[in-house]
Amino acid sequence: MSFELRRGETLAIVGESGSGKSVSIKSIMGILPSNAVVESGSIEYDGMDLTKVSEEQFHKLRGHRIGLIFQDPLSALNPIMKIGKQITEVRRLSGYGKKEARARALELMEAVGIPDPEKRFDQYPFQFSGGMRQRIVIAIALAGDPEILICDEPTTALDVTVQARILELINRIKQERGLSVIFITHDLGVVANVADRVNMMYAGKIVETGTSEEIFLEPAHPYTWALLSSMPDLQTHERLVAIPGTPPNMIDPPKGDAFAARNRYAMKIDFEKEPPIFKLSDTHDAATWLLHPNAPAVEIPPILRERIERMKGEMGNRG
Amino acid sequence: MADAEYILEVKHLCQTFESGRGRKKITVKAVDDVSFSIRPSETFGLVGESGCGKTTTGRTIIRLYDPASGQVFFNGREISGRMTGELRRYLTDNIAMIFQDPIESLNPRMTIEEIIGEGLRVRGVKDKQEIRRRVNEMLCKVGLTQEHATRYPHEFSGGQRQRIGIARAMITQPKLIIADEPVSALDVSIQAQVINLLNDLKEEMGLTVLFIAHNLSVVKYFSDRIGVMYFGKLVEVARGDDLYKKPLHPYTRSLLSAIPEPNPFTERSRRRIDYDPKTAHDYSRESPRMVEIEQEHFVYCSPSEEAAYQKQLGL
Repeated sequence: MSFELRRGETLAIVGESGSGKSVSIKSIMGILPSNAVVESGSIEYDGMDLTKVSEEQFHKLRGHRIGLIFQDPLSALNPIMKIGKQITEVRRLSGYGKKEARARALELMEAVGIPDPEKRFDQYPFQFSGGMRQRIVIAIALAGDPEILICDEPTTALDVTVQARILELINRIKQERGLSVIFITHDLGVVANVADRVNMMYAGKIVETGTSEEIFLEPAHPYTWALLSSMPDLQTHERLVAIPGTPPNMIDPPKGDAFAARNRYAMKIDFEKEPPIFKLSDTHDAATWLLHPNAPAVEIPPILRERIERMKGEMGNRG
Repeated sequence: MADAEYILEVKHLCQTFESGRGRKKITVKAVDDVSFSIRPSETFGLVGESGCGKTTTGRTIIRLYDPASGQVFFNGREISGRMTGELRRYLTDNIAMIFQDPIESLNPRMTIEEIIGEGLRVRGVKDKQEIRRRVNEMLCKVGLTQEHATRYPHEFSGGQRQRIGIARAMITQPKLIIADEPVSALDVSIQAQVINLLNDLKEEMGLTVLFIAHNLSVVKYFSDRIGVMYFGKLVEVARGDDLYKKPLHPYTRSLLSAIPEPNPFTERSRRRIDYDPKTAHDYSRESPRMVEIEQEHFVYCSPSEEAAYQKQLGL
């Protein structure tokens, strides 16, 4: 897979569990488990190849230039360390004094919306609610003044109203600090909220990439169609289009297109040969044989077509 | 005697939990004066955020907990009273539950046939052939095959395990199913499969369902009427479309405003409404109660709020 992240943009990586979204992020951060091998390819950051960087150099990047927010804030925090100390740790490691680091941590806690930072500074993670813990994790990620923020399903474990606040917070700090964000999620509603560009992943490959508008209004890959039409929104009454079967087992990957077995539009060639990437516009690519000039024309699922029409209507209303 | 119009009636149900002892003892009201009714073959959705008491409500109805006060009627018979062997039998005959976590709720040492057939054995079906026949029938209904019967839970994927949980609940042919977050632990593409399956079974067997979930989009899709819970209280009950188009209680509005939709245009202009019970209501002079503001639309409000809501609806 290949993708790039531009300065100041939010890139969403969407896929189901086991599609490889977290693994690709872990290889960027250099925290792959020991049985994982980066077989080939490179990860370039500011002209450096991260796959060749030594562990020592990586220490300088991780947490300082690239910040990471995990899904589960409770297991990302050290339960027996006061949260103030956890936030100052990064600063102290880069050689700042205790006082300075403390002032900076309080400032960050204020910025991520933790009330009463002076008092909260000396509390432990268990004394915070789920949403507040996620704010602490965000504060820690920001402590090293990173340029890139990687969010691995940061709101999946949270309630909707809390999720809305955290998304607002991430969008705001991104604006204020000019961050570039990689956002991993399986929730397309969240994607619509945060993303400038979207990568759809299936079985370890990017099957479609495009701007947020392109993915939601002109989706081209059957997997994107299926995912978009399998979840009800607040105006859905029709029967849902379920994706049959389960994602393939990557120990024994299928031949041809990995999605073919679950794809209603699969053709013979899908089971034999992996589809190449077809270019739809400068920003929009999809890997499906349906885009081949010889492929038969297919209709996208009606439930999805309706939704797209409604979206276009809403867009018109807004001018 | 309860109305015959309803299959399940919950009246002023309260559930409390205690923790600590002596002076440190605290009592938590998990469910606080909740009342609602469900008609036969209807799906009633219960939504709310974690800790609002929706699961506790479901579990109290099926008597996994004993209610602190209040009454529950099933088909006109009170099921919240003293537990007797006969009442337990009545409950298990009529009400079944589907749980959220399909891994935790299946005994890892039992085969699928034993798990699904257990309900029949408990109810006195002794004929092994008969049990096997009905288990196989049920497996087909939920989209599994007969070969699956001799396997153990760990051999299945999350979606399949949830199907097993559904088969187990359905085999005794209950009249009411309490489904507690049946899809939230599943992958997106699998959720739709399970929702469709539940919908089919509901129609085929004429089931009444109490559907408990935190995802309002799923609840709205699946339910005829929806109750919104906040901190142990039911704050609004309405038909799905009414709730979505004209939410009245500020918490319902806040909840609706927080749901991200797969539409980049509405998302970019999304305005979230905050809900703070302290500033949203003034209950110092008037006390709130449940009011039917228009047909089938109940809101928890004080008399002055009621007047404001009516104006809002143009009544």
